[in-house]
Amino acid sequence: MSDFHPNAKGGFIENTLEGLHFALQRALYADASAAHTGFLQHLDPRVKVAGFLALVVSVALAAKLWLLAAMFALAVTLVAVSSVPIRLVAARTWIGAFLFSGAIALPALFLTPGTALYGLPMTVQGVRTASFLLLRAETAATLMLVLAYTTPWTHILKALRIFRVPVVFVVILGMTCRYILLMLETAHEMFESRKSRTVNRMTPAENRRLAIASAGVLLHKTLHMSNEVYLAMQARGFRGEVYVLDDFAMQARDWCALAAFAALAAVSIAVGR
Amino acid sequence: MHIPDGYLSPATCAVAYAASVPFWRVALKRVKKTMNSRQVPLLSLFAALSFVIMMFNLPLPGGTTGHATGIGLATVVIGPWAAMLAVSVALVVQALFFGDGGVTAIGANCFNMAIAGALVAYVIYRLVAGRSPLASARRVVAAGVAGYIAINFSALLAAIEFGIQPLLYKDATGAPLYCPYPLKIAIPAMMIGHLTIAGLAELAISAGVVAFLQRSDLSLLRATAGKVRDAESSAPRSAPKSLRPLWVALAILCVLTPLGILAAGSAWGEWMASDYADSAARHQMAMASFHTAVPNQAPEGLARLSSVWTAPFARYAPPYIRGAAFGYLLSAMFGVGVIVAGFLVLGSFTRSAIRAGPDSA
Repeated sequence: MSDFHPNAKGGFIENTLEGLHFALQRALYADASAAHTGFLQHLDPRVKVAGFLALVVSVALAAKLWLLAAMFALAVTLVAVSSVPIRLVAARTWIGAFLFSGAIALPALFLTPGTALYGLPMTVQGVRTASFLLLRAETAATLMLVLAYTTPWTHILKALRIFRVPVVFVVILGMTCRYILLMLETAHEMFESRKSRTVNRMTPAENRRLAIASAGVLLHKTLHMSNEVYLAMQARGFRGEVYVLDDFAMQARDWCALAAFAALAAVSIAVGR
Repeated sequence: MHIPDGYLSPATCAVAYAASVPFWRVALKRVKKTMNSRQVPLLSLFAALSFVIMMFNLPLPGGTTGHATGIGLATVVIGPWAAMLAVSVALVVQALFFGDGGVTAIGANCFNMAIAGALVAYVIYRLVAGRSPLASARRVVAAGVAGYIAINFSALLAAIEFGIQPLLYKDATGAPLYCPYPLKIAIPAMMIGHLTIAGLAELAISAGVVAFLQRSDLSLLRATAGKVRDAESSAPRSAPKSLRPLWVALAILCVLTPLGILAAGSAWGEWMASDYADSAARHQMAMASFHTAVPNQAPEGLARLSSVWTAPFARYAPPYIRGAAFGYLLSAMFGVGVIVAGFLVLGSFTRSAIRAGPDSA
């Protein structure tokens, strides 16, 4: 802990804390946002899950750039009518996806063989393939974000049963979501307490040792907690069988929304081939 | 490594889902059999742990940082089948709620990282760890190597999936519809980052946590350890139990020695004085020396010293043997025989010296 690194932007603790904080914030915001009053928030979760997955598949199948652009416009419209702040979506999805997919797509402008574009060192095919990649990634990410921000996570998982996902898998997913929050909080507290006791910058080797020891401690906590959770489940009558309460009820607007999603996906798939 | 939506065609994604489903089913059955109803909270919590570990931005030697998936660690602690379920669940949660990896690519991501990764990590861990004691350094190395190879194998699978896209899916103008890079670009682009940064992160977290567990709770390493040698009996053995495989390998190598005849040209610098007078040999010498001019006659020192000792098997071709292959074989047998006889004599001297030691003391 003796070496001071004036050029280091942030140590391992700071970066990890920031990441954990961001994940916690995102998870908590999703829960709060799902409780807002908006067009999508009122729909049956099964309709939303089936509808959004159908739209994502139709985006994946689309082979026309204008159709992908139209689907992106549809995704932005859904964001707008669902009380999800556009600025938040831009910050959390659009910029991230643009930077990630843009970095991957950029060399394709020059490396893809084809017709030269107005004498520039890039090809028409390169521009098209980069556009396909960017538009597809942005649209699919936006659609999934809208689903996650307008539906409580537990409802999304419960709705997966319509795809014949085994009930035990749904229960494990549900418990994982719950314990992810707990583990994020535990890890956050561990790193925060360590940060409060650290008075200087740590060397990379010290950071590495800290990361490994933290992972080991978290592993211990995980196994300990797993035993406690199991005992608590047994105390409440758990005998290895799991049941999910299907308490969703379809209303007229849900049927209309389902028909609209199905029509949109079908038209997109038919036109986009 | 988390493949987003739009990089793989729906057909590739469907194949990946179809390939993953049987593994998930077998894993669920096996986990149920071994862990009973305790599986539900254990898998959930391990998935949550895997999720959190994936967020660690591990500092690596050289000033860079990398993320680990924790697949090596999960496999070592809870076994390959439970690990593939736990990591799959973590990947599904990441894709559904955190936008890390695409929903259409969940099958591919799970197949690459959770399924193939867990199986490769388990095989490598068991192979490298062998029957070593739970607290041995060899298990730490085994876990590190398992994590490193598993993450790189997963990356290779992802690279292949990326690389086949432009071969299969193009629009009317010839523009690739999905990942635009062919195998020759996708494989090095993926592997360079994983062989160096991500692989090291996985190696560090797998080996480091196993070393941590060896000091804190050794029992956690027992589930996947197989048959373990006791620490007391783990002293290095003085000699292998049987030398038969060694003798068989030696015999095979002797039989294969005539393959040396197939090699064209001559070994650089292994020339004889008589070669300087032979035009074919001079040509080979020149070829092997970047066309440097060969002296007209053998250097004086070489000519003088080469006559000091005449080998009985010169150039592995005794003068009384007509077939070149048989000459090679005979030379090999003679050479091996001389070496073995030499060591037998040396061994008998050593044994008698050891026996004499205590008496004389």
